[in-house]
Amino acid sequence: MSKKFMYVNRKAPYGTVYALESLEVVLIAAAFEQDVSLAFIDDGVYQIAKGQDTKGIGMKGFSATYNALGDYDVNKFYVERESLEERGLTEDDLMPIVYEDEDDDWAEKPSVKIVSRAEMAQVLSEQDVTLSF
Amino acid sequence: MALEINGQSIALDEEGYLENLSDWTPEIATALASGEDVELGDEHWDIINFLREYYEEYQIAPAVRVLTKAVGKRLGKDKGNSKYLYSLFPYGPGKQACKYAGLPKPTGCV
Repeated sequence: MSKKFMYVNRKAPYGTVYALESLEVVLIAAAFEQDVSLAFIDDGVYQIAKGQDTKGIGMKGFSATYNALGDYDVNKFYVERESLEERGLTEDDLMPIVYEDEDDDWAEKPSVKIVSRAEMAQVLSEQDVTLSF
Repeated sequence: MALEINGQSIALDEEGYLENLSDWTPEIATALASGEDVELGDEHWDIINFLREYYEEYQIAPAVRVLTKAVGKRLGKDKGNSKYLYSLFPYGPGKQACKYAGLPKPTGCV
């Protein structure tokens, strides 16, 4: 039976290995066809920010990979509004991550959902397994 | 490990995948395949080219499930099934096709 898995991302994409590790675990778990959600809180919101360029730090960029997650039926990206606001960001600063809805003639739909801190707490409380990165 | 081709030595990891993705050429794909007694035809190239485009766009090699779905969508339903893909790549479409395409092994693939 599939369980509800939540991956909570709180760290900036580079500088530590947390964001990349989280993404890899999500890809592996998704292969087992679980119900997967992602949460982006605190500096974690930078993981899906637009226009990332890693040339200067000599690391492979992985921001493009978030847009592949729709192919893995991972299409619930919860982003905390307060975390965006505290960093002077809005939804327009995030990558337009979409998935194709198989049940709706492959129509492209947004994966990102901006939620308040209170709504995020509600979403987190509904999970079977929560993994923090 | 290394692959000798046109007087050049191309570095491979212990499982035969390219160490440097930028080394890849179609000749290398052909050489890697013939090392495993596979002769690459148009149908193989369809998959290899698809994998390279996918990697270019998303920076990962797709899982087999994703590959199967995407191939069905792009190349027709009759090709979007594991039977077809295994007929081309009997050692596993993810592992084997990614190797010839010069990509790393798909994440989560054992």
